[in-house]
Amino acid sequence: MENFTPVSALLGGGLIGLASGLYLLLNGRIAGISGIVGGLLAPAKGDKTLVERLAFVLGLIIGPLALMTGTSIEAQSVVTSPLPVIIAAGLLVGVGTTIGSGCTSGHGICGLSRFSLRSLVATLSFMIAGFLTVLVTRHLMGGA
Amino acid sequence: MRILVSLICGTLFGAGLYISGMIDPQKVLGFLDIWAIADGGWDPSLAFVMGGGLIVATPIFQFAKKRSDAVCGGGMNLPTNKNITTKLILGGALFGIGWGLVGYCPGPALSALAFGQTDTIIFVVTMLAGMAGARALRLHA
Repeated sequence: MENFTPVSALLGGGLIGLASGLYLLLNGRIAGISGIVGGLLAPAKGDKTLVERLAFVLGLIIGPLALMTGTSIEAQSVVTSPLPVIIAAGLLVGVGTTIGSGCTSGHGICGLSRFSLRSLVATLSFMIAGFLTVLVTRHLMGGA
Repeated sequence: MRILVSLICGTLFGAGLYISGMIDPQKVLGFLDIWAIADGGWDPSLAFVMGGGLIVATPIFQFAKKRSDAVCGGGMNLPTNKNITTKLILGGALFGIGWGLVGYCPGPALSALAFGQTDTIIFVVTMLAGMAGARALRLHA
């Protein structure tokens, strides 16, 4: 448990919850990242939410940039998987979140916060699949 | 105003992913590795991120969902679909497999573009291709 960081996890989680709550209260929209991005890729005719979606995605990148340049808070983003695995995983995440109508934010944070049974089922589905995948890659196949 | 709100909410969201450590796939995989609990190698941090998120978001959502309009104008765009379908479960499972392979879900992958790493860019590009492809085939709900 040497990597366990409960305080920063709670604080960061609280910020994510605040962002999601404010987005619904102020703009009337669900802060589901896969939904926000998906709407950018296949815009409906006369969709007025395009700029708002783009602004949200830009913010997702500006937030970390501001913290890494303006504060002493450090973070990293380490990818250890080989290229074919990265490509397969990207496709699976893209296709899966589209078919399943949401990801960790839309189903996990927003869906559970509004007590949606549908989102609870989706969250259990991707959590269990994630646990089993790591069981296979880290323990049954022996590599990380 | 709605655009500014979107930018601020996105920035807060990205800052939360950075501070919580969820921007790092290894942190996420450390949580998904519940099989290491017995060896003391499990990292429960992600559960605390979800917990912190739900503690703050739940009261705001419960308040907001009783309103008919958003504060900045327009209606409340809340999902109305309540059906538990095969697509929901299958889509969740496919997403979970991809999540468990690399450790990126959509939010952290986009936020991690801030580090400018090739592997992250490749993941995001293929993720967007998967989303666009699935939408083109009308696989979304």
